[in-house]
Formats: sequence, structure tokens, C-alpha cells
Amino acid sequence: MAVETDLKIELGKQGVFVTTVSEIYNWGRKNSVWPMQFGLACCAIEMIATTMARYDLARFGAEVFRPSPRQADLMIISGTITKKMAPQVVRLYNQMAEPKYVIAMGACAISGGPFKQGYNVLKGIDRYIPVDVHIPGCPPRPEALIHAFMTLQAKIDAQPLTGADRPRHLDAEAQGLFPVPEQGAHDLEPPVNRLVWPLPAPVTASKSGENCG
Amino acid sequence: MSAAAFKTYRPPVMEVSEEGDELLEVAMGPHHPSTHGVFRMDVALDGERVVKLKPVFGYLHRNHEKIAEKASYLAAMPYTDRLDYFCSLTNNWAYALAVEKLAGLEVPERAEYIRVITAELTRIQNHASAIGFLMQEMGASGTPLMYAFREREKILDLFEELTGSRMMCNYMRFGGCRVELPSGWLDKVKTVVAGLPKFIDEMENLLTGNEILMARSQGVGILKPDLAVNAGVTGVMLRSTGVNYDIRKVDHYGIYDRFKFRVPLGDHGDIYDRYMLRVLEMRESVEILKQALKDVPGGPIMDPKSKIRGFRPKPGEAYGRIEAPKGELGFYLISDGSGNPYRYRVRPPSLINLTILEDMCLGQNVADVVLIFGSVDIVLGEVDR
Amino acid sequence: MKTAEEILGIIQAALPDAGVALVPNPSPSAQHSLLVAPASAVAVASFLRDDPELALDYCSNATGVDWPGKEISEKVKVTKLVEGVETIVEETVKRVEPGYLEAVYHLYSVKHAHREVAGPVVLRMRTGNRADQVQLPSLTPVWRSAEFQEREIFDLFGIVFVGHPDLRRILMWDEFEDHPMRRDYVDPDDYEYEPTPHDEVLKRADIHKAEANV
Repeated sequence: MAVETDLKIELGKQGVFVTTVSEIYNWGRKNSVWPMQFGLACCAIEMIATTMARYDLARFGAEVFRPSPRQADLMIISGTITKKMAPQVVRLYNQMAEPKYVIAMGACAISGGPFKQGYNVLKGIDRYIPVDVHIPGCPPRPEALIHAFMTLQAKIDAQPLTGADRPRHLDAEAQGLFPVPEQGAHDLEPPVNRLVWPLPAPVTASKSGENCG
Repeated sequence: MSAAAFKTYRPPVMEVSEEGDELLEVAMGPHHPSTHGVFRMDVALDGERVVKLKPVFGYLHRNHEKIAEKASYLAAMPYTDRLDYFCSLTNNWAYALAVEKLAGLEVPERAEYIRVITAELTRIQNHASAIGFLMQEMGASGTPLMYAFREREKILDLFEELTGSRMMCNYMRFGGCRVELPSGWLDKVKTVVAGLPKFIDEMENLLTGNEILMARSQGVGILKPDLAVNAGVTGVMLRSTGVNYDIRKVDHYGIYDRFKFRVPLGDHGDIYDRYMLRVLEMRESVEILKQALKDVPGGPIMDPKSKIRGFRPKPGEAYGRIEAPKGELGFYLISDGSGNPYRYRVRPPSLINLTILEDMCLGQNVADVVLIFGSVDIVLGEVDR
Repeated sequence: MKTAEEILGIIQAALPDAGVALVPNPSPSAQHSLLVAPASAVAVASFLRDDPELALDYCSNATGVDWPGKEISEKVKVTKLVEGVETIVEETVKRVEPGYLEAVYHLYSVKHAHREVAGPVVLRMRTGNRADQVQLPSLTPVWRSAEFQEREIFDLFGIVFVGHPDLRRILMWDEFEDHPMRRDYVDPDDYEYEPTPHDEVLKRADIHKAEANV
């Protein structure tokens, strides 16, 4: 239950500041998201450029990039995930402490990108771990990454503290660890985690090839 | 400063007996704050000293060669951007050179000048970034990298105006360049080039005489010239050992013969030599740029004989190579007369420069392994393709 | 720098038993190559590296090529009995030419780098077939730069290099069992629901959709 804006302004003129617990809780969380220093490929260079002087990401709260997954809140998957690397990515995600978020940066992290026809390329990291924000581009410009970061902040801001939509770290039953795939003889086993990446709902009696809309 | 004025400081090596001591095996990577991407080194340590080191890669193997076999010659050009993702324009040039050798195409003069200008700008921003990353691993967390990226952003602005993209430029074509220079672009390049000597001076003032840099990098990671040549090492790594081999001077490709520039060589083959070489090569690139910008001729930018669509070179094979900022980048193409290459091979300088990583690191402290690896200046996109 | 024919002559003069032949290159690059028999490859390579005149001490590139087998149908004239009379009849005979795998090396000279410019010296070695006779001698003892590249050829093509100090997979994971760069390699079927499928991707997507709808 939020406070009405007019009441807020009136009280503010008197020197009284009112808010709700969820607002201030989320305000603190969204303005101090620390990414993990995890660059895979070309998108990593744009990520580094985003933290440099021109497109400073630190002013959004991403002050330091922590190399250790235990100390990071956000994993920016920047670059192509290969099947050789995929188990390590899932392991790193498991090692991050809740609350944790994932931005899939670039076409390769979303769906395999230009290297989709690859025997060693994982066609998107959302096959194994849940992704919060997808940002397309090859590579996405630093402004696009900042937009992704702001979208994530808006998403964190909108999370209620109670109820069915509450985030994972406030839910004792929620699953935060995801199974790590094994490297088999020809492919990863399992090739996809169906709980995270379900098939679309069955289509009844329509022409094959009609997938959009 | 002359070489004699530098003080070399090495801490005394501890005598550690290797009998009965267990070796500690550490996997450094694939996720490590200091690796240049997803790269793993399996290191066996005796205390702090490295006894064995095996590099493991393939974590970014995106089967670029297989994709190029299914795609046409032109469609493989954007994939070459993503090999050494710092230097996309030199990758494009190497591939275009190999195809031009295969098909017998000639490049008009204006396109050659544009190629040299963009390649030297790429070399400058690559060397600046390499020094920045090396300093970051040495502990100067971020500040030299910020200086390097400040200049890099200026150069990327130029690339964006010319090609439409900051990093993945996809600009060279077989027989020339893709698009004509926008008006005023050359003046902007001249402005940027005029500011570069001041940036290099600023960097040298802060770094070259720095005690920490000298103590940590002089005498560390020494490479001998015979081993370097036999192991196929090229680029700054080879010239730091004293071997005079720069493909711009050896192969006389492009129009590099028209420009006067020197090739800096190192004496000791250690990390400090490689750092100094990168700084000196940046200065030489500025010299080349000044000469090239003076007289860019007019004319076409594409060979009129070359076909963009339906490009089918005659059967045969060709190997073309250039002096990329990381070393010798070569492309080996076999054509069977159709529109797709039969075999498309990238000769990656970063992979071959890693052959002697173990040799350079044996006997050093584990903290120096990270520096030695940083001084090789690799990019995983090229190692794994 | 000498042409390929001259180098062939020098090798045959120094090592008469080496099975070296010239493979011409029809493209305008004119980079002809020398086909070396596997049994004498190390001797030829050492000679090329140690000869003071040639001094090919730098192996720039080592790569593999897959030439799959071809089915050739030829028309052959055969004498046959047709209605009791011996006539000469044309028949089509099919035979399978076994393919081979090839290892190609590009060599340059650093010692004599500043002589006249010429293309690289190209060495080739061919295996017996693509199935069981896939051994070739390793040139890593001669040029150390071939170490990682021969590992890559083993990983992606399947050529076993005899004499290599550490032959194991380099780009794919160790449990992987195929040789992906061969022309007959089939990708694992890990495509799925595609937003805009077409051609064979559409066929695969339809199969997966049918499975999901069941």
C-alpha cells in the first residue's frame, strides 16, 4: 500500500519523510547492484567500455565488479556460451548468493547469435538458468547495456515483498540452485533444462511455420 | 632514459627442496579476474614456484571455420570481425588479402591508403588497451585502462562514423573497401592523430619509470630468440627477443613501402621489453598515420573486376598474412570453384604465441604467471575461433 | 626465395629416397605445394630447417583438410555374350575412390627474411584413408609451433600424429567423441522451437513441435 503523492509532498514540506518498507527496501537494493566480472567474448569489451570514463556504469550503483561470485549480485553474460563453458556458467550462477539476477547481453547469450549453427555453441543461456533481462545487439552499445541495467532496476523496484510474486530470496520454497549439465560424448547432457526453458504451448491445428502471434 | 639507467631488482630465489614435497595443483580459470577471457591454466606449484603449466582452452570455440564452409566468401567477412574482437579492421584486411591472392584481384590506391590508416589506428588502440590490461593485472586497478580507453573511444568514434559500428566493422571487401569516406572524416582523423603523441607521452610519464612496473616486469618471463622462432611466435613477442621480423617490412603488402617507419626491437625478451615495444610501436604508427594522411588520393575504392554477389574464384588455394597487432594473422583458403570456400583456415597469432607460455613461466612465482600471460596479449576469440 | 620446383630439386638432390612430388596450384596465387610421403617427412622437414641456404626455420601454419571419398561411375567397354554373339557393350562401372585426410604446413624463413619476397613453402602429407589409416608423423620435433596446431588437427579432423609429445584434444572437451570439422559430421539435434524457421531448420522444428503436441 503506497502513500498518496499529495500527502507525501505535504508532509515533506513539514520535514516528515514517509515511505513504505517495500519502497525503501527495493530502493536500497536496486541502487547497489554489483555485477560479477565475467566476460566471455566480444560483448565483454563493450561491458568494460561501459564501466570506463565515457559511459560510466558506476553512477548507477554498479560501483565495483566483483570477481568472486559469492560477492556479486548480477551476472552479465556477455559473449557466446559454448558447450564447454556452459557447466561452469551454471556452477557460477549456483555459487552466487541470493538475490541474484542475470542479464543476457548480446545475441549470443540470448539465442546463440551469429554462431547458432555451431556444434559447440549453446543456443542461449536461458536453457539452463533463468534470465531477467535480455538485451539484443552484436555487440549492444554501451548505452544499450545501461538501458538493460535500468530495466533491471525497474524490475527490482516493482518486486513486492510478500505474496506470490515475491522474489526468490524471500521465498523459502523457491529453487535457487540449478542442475549443472554434464559433457557427454556428442552434446551436453541434458541438452536443455525443461523447467527453465519449457517448450511453447502446443499449437492446435494450424499451418506449420506460423509461430508468431 | 637509457637501458643502463634502469635498476633491475629481483628478490632472492628461495631454495626449496623438491623431494618429498607435494605439488599443489591449481586451475587458474576459466573464470578468473585476470585472464583475458575464458582461459584456463592448470598450474602445478612447488610453494610459490611454477613447476608445470598446461594451458586449456576451447571455452570460446565457436566453429568459425565450419560456419565459413557453409557460408559464401562474403558472408564470412562479418565473422572475421569477431576473431580478434579488439582489432576487427585488421582481421577484415587479412581475409580480404587472402581472397585477393586467391582470385587475383587488385586494390586501387585510395583503398590501400584507407586500409593503412584504419589498420594503424587499430594498432594504436590495441596496444593502448593491452598496456592498460597489463597494468590492471599488475595491481593498478583500472586507472591506466581508463586512460587507454579514453583514447580508444576517440578512435572508435572515427570507426563508427566510417563503418557504422564501433567494434564489428565489417569494412573491407575483396578488392577494396565497402563504402566511401564520409566528408570531413580525414580531418577528424588528423585531429585525433595530432592529439595522440601527447597521450603517449602522458602514459610514458606515468608508467615507464615507475618503480613497481620495473621491479615486477624486468627479468620476468624471458624468452630466447631461437625458441621464439622455432615456436612460431610472431608480433611484439618475437621482436622483444631481438629478432627483426615485421611482416609489413618482410612481405611488402599493401603500400607500406611508401612510408618511413622503424621497427623497434627488444634486448632481453622480458615483460618490460614487451611493454616498451608496444609504446614505441604506437609512436611508429603515429608516424605512419601522419605520412599517410598527407596525400590520400582520389579515385575508386573497389577493384572494378571484383564481383560482390556471385563471387566464385577459380579452384586453387592461397595463404595470405598481415602484421596484425597481436602477431601474424594468416588466412588459408582452398577454393573448389563454388561460391563457398572448401577449406577456410585462420592462422591465429594468439594461439601460437601461447605455445611457449609454459617455457616462460617455469621457475617463476605464481603471481608472475598472470603478468607473463598478460604480456603475451591474447584474445580468446582468436585462440579458439 | 626459390620457387617450389627449385626447392623440389634441392630436396631430391640431398635426399634422393624422399618421396616428394610437386602439386601445382591453379589459382593466381601460384603457391605450389610439395607432397611429401609420410615415411620421409621428418627427414625432409629437418633438412629444410637446417639447410643454411633455405633455412626454413619458421612454420607459420599447420592445418588439416578433409577430402571425402568420391563415387566415380565410368563407362567401360566390356565384351559380353548378347544373344549368343560376342559384342562389345558399354557398361557403367561404379567404384569408390577412398578419401584421405591431409595435413598442410606453410613454412617461411626468418633468417633470410629480408631477401626477395616470395610465397610460403607449402608441405603436404596425406593419410591412407579416412577410417583406419589416419596416422601421420608429427613435425613438432622439428618446428615447435606445430605443437598446438597438430593437436587441433587431431581434435577436429582425427589425424593421429605419431611422435607428438602430448596428443590430446585441445578445443573440444575430453569426453567428446567426434571429429567435427570432417565433411560428414552431423550436428547434434539441439535446435528447437524457432521463431522463423526455414529449409532444414523448419523440418527439424516441425519434428520437435510434433513431439511436443503428442
